[in-house]
Amino acid sequence: MLEVKNITVVFKTDKGSVKAVDDVSFHIEKNEIVGLVGESGCGKSATALSILRLIPLPYGKIETGRIIFQGRNLLELDYREMRKIRGRLISMIFQEPGSALSPLHKIGRQLTETILLHKNITRKEAWNIAEAWLGKVKIPAAGDRMSAYPYQLSGGMQQRVMIAMALMLEPDLVIADEPTTALDVTIQAQIFEIVRRMKQSNTSILLITHDMGVIWEMCDRVMVMYASRIVEEGSKEEIFSKPAHPYTRGLLESIPKFSADGGRLKTIPGRVPSPFNYTTGCHFFDRCPHSFNRCRSERPKLIDLGGGHKAACFLVQK
Amino acid sequence: MLSGSKISRNNPGESRLLEVYDLQAWFPIKRGILAKTRGYIKAVDGASLYIDRGETLGLVGESGCGKSTLARTLLGLEKVRKGKIIFCGRNLLDLDHKELRDTRKKMQIIFQDPLSALNPRMNIFDIITEGLVEFRLIEGDRAVHAKKLMKEVGLDEESIYLYPHEFSGGQRQRINIARALSLRPDLIVCDEPVSALDVSVQAQIINLLMDLRDRYNLSYLFISHDLSVVSNIAQRVAVMYFGRIVESGLTRDIISNPMHPYTKALINAVPRVYHDETRNEKKKILLKGDMPSYLTPPSGCLFHTRCPEVMDICREKPPHETMSGTHKVCCHLYKKRHG
Repeated sequence: MLEVKNITVVFKTDKGSVKAVDDVSFHIEKNEIVGLVGESGCGKSATALSILRLIPLPYGKIETGRIIFQGRNLLELDYREMRKIRGRLISMIFQEPGSALSPLHKIGRQLTETILLHKNITRKEAWNIAEAWLGKVKIPAAGDRMSAYPYQLSGGMQQRVMIAMALMLEPDLVIADEPTTALDVTIQAQIFEIVRRMKQSNTSILLITHDMGVIWEMCDRVMVMYASRIVEEGSKEEIFSKPAHPYTRGLLESIPKFSADGGRLKTIPGRVPSPFNYTTGCHFFDRCPHSFNRCRSERPKLIDLGGGHKAACFLVQK
Repeated sequence: MLSGSKISRNNPGESRLLEVYDLQAWFPIKRGILAKTRGYIKAVDGASLYIDRGETLGLVGESGCGKSTLARTLLGLEKVRKGKIIFCGRNLLDLDHKELRDTRKKMQIIFQDPLSALNPRMNIFDIITEGLVEFRLIEGDRAVHAKKLMKEVGLDEESIYLYPHEFSGGQRQRINIARALSLRPDLIVCDEPVSALDVSVQAQIINLLMDLRDRYNLSYLFISHDLSVVSNIAQRVAVMYFGRIVESGLTRDIISNPMHPYTKALINAVPRVYHDETRNEKKKILLKGDMPSYLTPPSGCLFHTRCPEVMDICREKPPHETMSGTHKVCCHLYKKRHG
């Protein structure tokens, strides 16, 4: 349904230009939840924003690539056609609901505005649709909440409003960028329950997160991103039981587990390289326990390990 | 100064470092032009806990449960309405200004957001030696001290004159740790120290904190909303809800045998990665709704509005603490069973 091909996103800064997304390709099928996992600064949000062409101009630019959505290349559409897609066919849930909602307008107005932009119906009808959706995302007293301002709602409630807003036009794809990172774990569990239920309609979800636990709970397929590139992808079961890339392995090992033995946690030594210091080789080579000379100079390609499981590492080639 | 501190701390008679009894921190609600007090927000309402030397107590709860207020109260950053804070055998609330200042040397804090906790206009050298200068503890070259501290927290000595914005999140948190360490405290309050960090860095910082604890016999009050993080570093855990501690005990008891329905839900809500299929069929415990508003606290047990095991008595009477060994719980379910 969505096919992203060889996308490269470049940002210009005072210190020169940086590649935030480097030759990234992936696809999302109908009715699938795909996770995009990586550390902060790895380019996962830039990837998401590029799908909706929300990369801020003129600093950022999609340099190469194609984004094919339902047979059309989104990068070739003019802004009017793009606006018809945003919110209607592809919608987005942002990390911080507090700053994604307008503080000056009541919830009901913000929801109906979205509907009226895309549907030729009366304000009253739109209002009813919006109210029904607030109920569907389990907001108590939905009718009253329609005339509340965002600040009058808790973070969990605000995120539900965002989810309702993203889903009420029944888009084909929802991009959720760290939808629960700002929320408590108990509220996160509630939100996931809602998303799981919503998924039964024909919507695909691209879920962006840094939390492997979230991936395990929610996704069908996973893509692991490191320093602007996708280093591994595959079904959730494959990635968790047979991680092929050393970074994925490190990431899985460093998740804190419930244990009271007081032992040390496994870590990945070093830190993520600065985008100004990206090399031509594998970006993970200086933190990798298995790196050798070739990793320094040559970029490993994604190699198919069968069943859609791919990893970008020279070691899996052997 | 840096190396001699360990010996004096191993006095076995003084193993209890901090004891807190029935602590209350209320914030007045003021209304009208005369700013008359119309009621109180009971951010911390009757919390008791203790920490031994070299021990880490984890304090867990959702945002807004009062865990940060409790921590700030211990350091004298919030006013105490009632209660006792006994640190190194002395009640902090009885001390005068000068005595309190001297005691504060022994307690430090590490905040959640490592960048906003550092002055952007000071370089690392100034940041980590500021406390030493303030308390006139410097003997010899400041730079030597600073470099020693940086080495201890795993920072490159070369970067001593750089500014906070030139570091990554994990490194900034290391700077915060170095500053907290500079006065050789007995207690460090860690207020969500790894919540803002990436997983791979999170593990590095937790390991560093554990190493430092063992090397200097430090005590931590480790605050977090994530029980899985806490379970790795803390020997004991206290679970807080709506200003009160609802359950406390040894970490392994809390993890393997949580008693309070809130603790059960907290453990259950953490997304976990399972490799074996048998544990995959965990029962979902979903809490209803949000924490109630502090302006209109619920009657009886404060948790009854969200509790999956709520009974009639919960709506009427607040529960009392029941104890089995070191495991304490505040819930009507157990009062019944234990007679």
